[in-house]
Amino acid sequence: MCDNPSPYNPYQQLDRYIDGLPYKKENLIAILHHAQQLFGYLPDKVQRHIAARLDIPSAKVYGVVSFYSFFTMKPRGKHVVNVCMGTACFVRGAEKLQQEIEKQLGIKTGQTTEDELFSLDSLRCIGACGLAPVMMVDGKVYGRLTHPEDIKQILDEYRESLAGDREPALKEGTPS
Amino acid sequence: MKLKTRDDLNNLKSQHQVLLQNRRSVQPVSVSEAQGKPRQVMVCGGTGCHASNSPQIVEELKAELQRRGLAEQINVLQTGCFGFCEKGPILEVHPDNVLYLEVSPKDVPELVEEHFVQGKPLERLLYQDPNTEERIASDLPFYHSQMRIALRNCSLISPEDILEYIAVDGYQALAKVLFAMTPESVIDVIKQSGLRGRGGGGFPTGLKWELTRNNEANNRYIICNADEGDPGAFMDRSILEGDPHSVLEAMLIAGHTISASHGFIYIRAEYPLAIHRLEIAIKQAKQYGLLGKNILGSDFCFDIEIKYGAGAFVCGEETALIHSIEGTRGEPSVKPPFPAQQGLWGKPTCVNNVETLANIPPIILKGGDWFAGIGTEKSKGTKVFALAGKVNNVGLVEVPMGTTLRQIIFDIGGGIKHHKTFKAAQTGGPSGGCIPTKFLDTPIDYESLIAIGSMMGSGGLIVMDESDCMVNIAKFYLEFTVDESCGRCTACRVGTKRLHEILTKITEGKGTLDDLDQLEKLGKTIKDSSLCGLGQSAPNPILSTIEYFRDEYLAHIVDKTCPAGVCKSLLRYDITDKCKGCTLCAQNCPAGCITGSPKEPHSIDQERCLKCGACLEKCRFDAIIHH
Amino acid sequence: MDVKLTINDIPLTVPEGMSILDAARTVNIDIPTLCYLNLHEMRLNNHIASCRVCLVEVEGRRTLAPACSTPVSHNMVVKTDTPRAIQARRTMVELLLSDHPKSCLTCAKNLDCDLQALAADLGVRNISYEGEETEFEIDKSSLAIIRDPNKCIRCRRCETMCNDVQTVGVYSAVGRGFETVVKTAFDLPQHETSCTFCGQCIAVCPTGALMELDQVDKVWKALNDPTRYVIVETAPAVRVALGEGFGLEPGTIVTGKMVAALRRLGFDRVFDTEFGADVTIMEEATEFMHRLKHGGRLPILTSCCPAWVKFFEHQFPDLLDIPSTCKSPHEMLGVLAKSYYADTYGIDPQKITVVSVMPCVAKKYEAARPELGQDPVTPDVDIVITTRELCRMIREAGIHFERLNDEEFDHPLGESTGAAVVFGTTGGVIEAALRTAYEWLTGKPLEHVEFENLRGMDGIKEAVVPIEGRDFKIAVTHGLGNARTILEKIQSGEAQYDAIEIMACPGGCIGGGGQPYHHGNVEILKARAAAIYEEDRSKPRRKSHENPAVIELYKNYIGEPYGERAHELLHTSFTQRPKI
Repeated sequence: MCDNPSPYNPYQQLDRYIDGLPYKKENLIAILHHAQQLFGYLPDKVQRHIAARLDIPSAKVYGVVSFYSFFTMKPRGKHVVNVCMGTACFVRGAEKLQQEIEKQLGIKTGQTTEDELFSLDSLRCIGACGLAPVMMVDGKVYGRLTHPEDIKQILDEYRESLAGDREPALKEGTPS
Repeated sequence: MKLKTRDDLNNLKSQHQVLLQNRRSVQPVSVSEAQGKPRQVMVCGGTGCHASNSPQIVEELKAELQRRGLAEQINVLQTGCFGFCEKGPILEVHPDNVLYLEVSPKDVPELVEEHFVQGKPLERLLYQDPNTEERIASDLPFYHSQMRIALRNCSLISPEDILEYIAVDGYQALAKVLFAMTPESVIDVIKQSGLRGRGGGGFPTGLKWELTRNNEANNRYIICNADEGDPGAFMDRSILEGDPHSVLEAMLIAGHTISASHGFIYIRAEYPLAIHRLEIAIKQAKQYGLLGKNILGSDFCFDIEIKYGAGAFVCGEETALIHSIEGTRGEPSVKPPFPAQQGLWGKPTCVNNVETLANIPPIILKGGDWFAGIGTEKSKGTKVFALAGKVNNVGLVEVPMGTTLRQIIFDIGGGIKHHKTFKAAQTGGPSGGCIPTKFLDTPIDYESLIAIGSMMGSGGLIVMDESDCMVNIAKFYLEFTVDESCGRCTACRVGTKRLHEILTKITEGKGTLDDLDQLEKLGKTIKDSSLCGLGQSAPNPILSTIEYFRDEYLAHIVDKTCPAGVCKSLLRYDITDKCKGCTLCAQNCPAGCITGSPKEPHSIDQERCLKCGACLEKCRFDAIIHH
Repeated sequence: MDVKLTINDIPLTVPEGMSILDAARTVNIDIPTLCYLNLHEMRLNNHIASCRVCLVEVEGRRTLAPACSTPVSHNMVVKTDTPRAIQARRTMVELLLSDHPKSCLTCAKNLDCDLQALAADLGVRNISYEGEETEFEIDKSSLAIIRDPNKCIRCRRCETMCNDVQTVGVYSAVGRGFETVVKTAFDLPQHETSCTFCGQCIAVCPTGALMELDQVDKVWKALNDPTRYVIVETAPAVRVALGEGFGLEPGTIVTGKMVAALRRLGFDRVFDTEFGADVTIMEEATEFMHRLKHGGRLPILTSCCPAWVKFFEHQFPDLLDIPSTCKSPHEMLGVLAKSYYADTYGIDPQKITVVSVMPCVAKKYEAARPELGQDPVTPDVDIVITTRELCRMIREAGIHFERLNDEEFDHPLGESTGAAVVFGTTGGVIEAALRTAYEWLTGKPLEHVEFENLRGMDGIKEAVVPIEGRDFKIAVTHGLGNARTILEKIQSGEAQYDAIEIMACPGGCIGGGGQPYHHGNVEILKARAAAIYEEDRSKPRRKSHENPAVIELYKNYIGEPYGERAHELLHTSFTQRPKI
């Protein structure tokens, strides 16, 4: 595999982060968080790199990555839409909201749109129960989403801003 | 500046006490009386309000006050959660104690003009009593039956300023523990208070500390469990966002008591705001020498590190949490050994939940007896509930143990939304059960909830009305546990999957009476056989709904109907003779299963109907019914 | 301190810390287990309490307790046979079966499967909870191990074995909830991982999820091909374990019956890997003396074990030059069969098929290593089958094994000494080497040939052997985790040795991944080891260099040990491999 030189080498950044930690193996989860922030996702190659740096078997890293739902091994869209599936949202129509977004984006939960603009996921309770049902786009919370038009308007805003500079997905909620 | 002695802390407190003087004054002054005096505007910065643009309100307020030349005397602050999330964003003006609800950034100019320039409250943003339609500026009914101990500082102080915390007796309990108490006497006070773990288990906190302390070791750890995973519970998050220092102080106290020098806060990565405020709090505590070496000049050294979860509900279980901190899969392990014996890296470890810890400083300052005077015989103090679902006043409420569900849902919660009928309250999240109407007057504590087939859990309280299908609710929770089961033990890994499959069968109208028996039998076995608390409580939503709502199960199984009209497969859409033959429904039917000639009544081919409800939505003559 | 308790109303006193399971066994009460495994001396302790089939009632406890991992306590009242406990166990087995293929009749583990036996014991007659079954691809990528995760019951014994005991780390639990299963990193095919093919995962798998690559059919094909001259060789550890497959007591020596059975199966010649072992000693002892004399790098490490060889190729590439370059004994025998024997008896080597019967699955992989052959189409060994596979062949052929009369190995590659026998257990190779090296270095006969301090089940054994005024520091390890400990000490310079024997499998070859299943009973391994030493004592010659057939081999064919011809035929090289 070739790694063309680039001014932004995430492997170097990851290594610097790892080198700066007082202890390594025990920090596997923090390292994975950091790596996902740098790469957007955690492909095999990144996991193998981490395994080698920490001198632990790759299978261990893979076992951890596959255990926690926060980690993804698939590349994600520029924007990650998360529908809250907490109980409060559920009884106030989160399922309908989810179906509506799936319909509008033309994908199922867990998938990414073909243009790689949106990924759709669900999460458990973001604590905005007063606004149920809610969704979160890249960390920004939108509440009381019972009308398809409102959802469309929000998604359109993200579509329109496509021309502008985009920050990598998953910028929020990922501790640095 | 580093505080080097207890006196340093006290001096700092007296210097900044003035900050608090005009907040929550015992005798509030009227808006006009407050004119021209220094005022403070507290804007809620809890998750809900934050999501509804409260930071923008703060900005607008500051700008507008600046424009009006009022910035000098009116200070705008962002606080933690006010609790009344239903009506957010919320802001409160001191010392006139006026609470404004559902404020939007565009209300700001008018608010400043009316309240601060004209000196009269802006009526339209005040609370309106749903019965009398009277506008109320302070002392809202929502707060009447509440007692805020764990939430004492949320909405009172700025969570991002350690001086505000110090001004409200912050770190005084720590000073008392360091200089005026022995570890044994601290444990005695906590034991005497009757405080029990607020994360769900209800294990006596004092005893946990004592057990950890008594285990021979060269090192021990304190862990704050902030992995609040219960869907519909957000009290821990609100405490961390609104009063992070109280948790740090409690960890310091616990650390000193059990002789630990290192603490960890294990927090969900999904809580960026709480993480942000914790980071600030830790940084400030270090600056003031309240974390680090020789705290307040004592021999005590203590550090706190934040550890992030990565999306696994089971990590709320203490052994799983410890494995996760160790950098491995968050699978629970067999107890014994308990963490108090062999926890993090094999050392005695005390794991306490956020809300539990938030109770510690006031207990130390006011005494165990004070706390034990609140609550019921076996459950002392207060409990914070995240009240949500089909209730008018969704929010965070803190009530003394022994308060009834009726008080919480109807007095504080303002009753059921849209004047519908209460059906059930779910407590304890995926581990709890559904409580029917007949138990509305049961005083809530750890034991009483277990006796009626539920549990305290972390304090999620979801209200359901007549339009909720209890079979579907049980299925929702099982879907959650199937998703979140760590996969280690047979009972939970395969058992919950099978329970979910049977429930799915029932909601699809394919269930049999045998299935109902199997649900109960398998559910009970899973409770008896699972390795950890997740599996041992996973069948509760099923078992409690079968017990109290058996009729609904029977309706699904025998009559093939869903009385609440929720389970899609059991719905039936029909066109009544109100139909005018406008053809709109037929045009909008995605399955093309509605037929009829124009101006003649139409009909639905039930075989092909997708039960999407498009026809019902489009009909202008109320001719389509579903049942 | 002792603890008093009652189990099923029987009062008993046991040491503090003992599990309910072990306590119950002291009063002859058996509690079923599935995930539990405790091979005390092997450091293998899998008590993750995940299967939940050992549940018992403990008075005062809200839920049932897993007997395998719940320690006894004072005045504990335990009930193991109540309807509540039995019902729960049966439900657990039903749940396991609900996500398990029902193809027991055609499963390679049929009648040797712990899950099957448990279902029978608990009287499971139907599976009440049918539903979705997990589906995984079967990994047939390697030449040694077949992995069928569909049959996995998530007991995690293999994971514990591979990670904690062997420190190879090929397996991990992957995924969460119902989808959880033990897999390789990124679902890589096994042959692309750092797997050493030691087969210990197979040895501890309670079901058919991990099995050896079955090559019985290939052997039958060769035997039935009139153009092939089929030679079989058997490893030392096979003869002390094969009998178990026919209901004989563990530790029964069945050398003669095994030879008879192999002849009946139709092999043209029945040779003994022990001959190869004696040759190995000739080479290795010479190589050792050569290094001593010429200031070569020490310690010398044994290289008989292919799993160990693959282990250091992946894990310790910087130490590639310290193991002995000797091929393993069965490879030596294979190459000698196709050269020395073929030349002597005028047989076309191309027509010879060498079949090795091994206690090992790594030998299957080893036989296919390209450097272990005279040319790409003439491997030293053609087919490797395990002890278990031989067992199946004998059954398949309808041979009444127990009633066979003893027969002798064929000449000349069937001659062996006691030194070769002990290769089958931990410590044996170095003991055999010392018997020869001592005499060569001192020129005096060694009176006492048994090196007791190199024997036994301790993970790392050390001894100092004074020879001619020099103290030789010797170490013996078995289990790759122990090997790692020793190698790391060598890397750091913390320890210095002259020679080290390393065997991948706990107990050495008697505990190999291809042996009849021990089902967690460590006593079986001890009985096999005892039989090995008994066989050694019964041999007229107990030093490799005294084997007359070996002396003849060197005299007539090879020349000097460690000489040019020896290098060509009997030595090999190692390759650095990636660590995954």
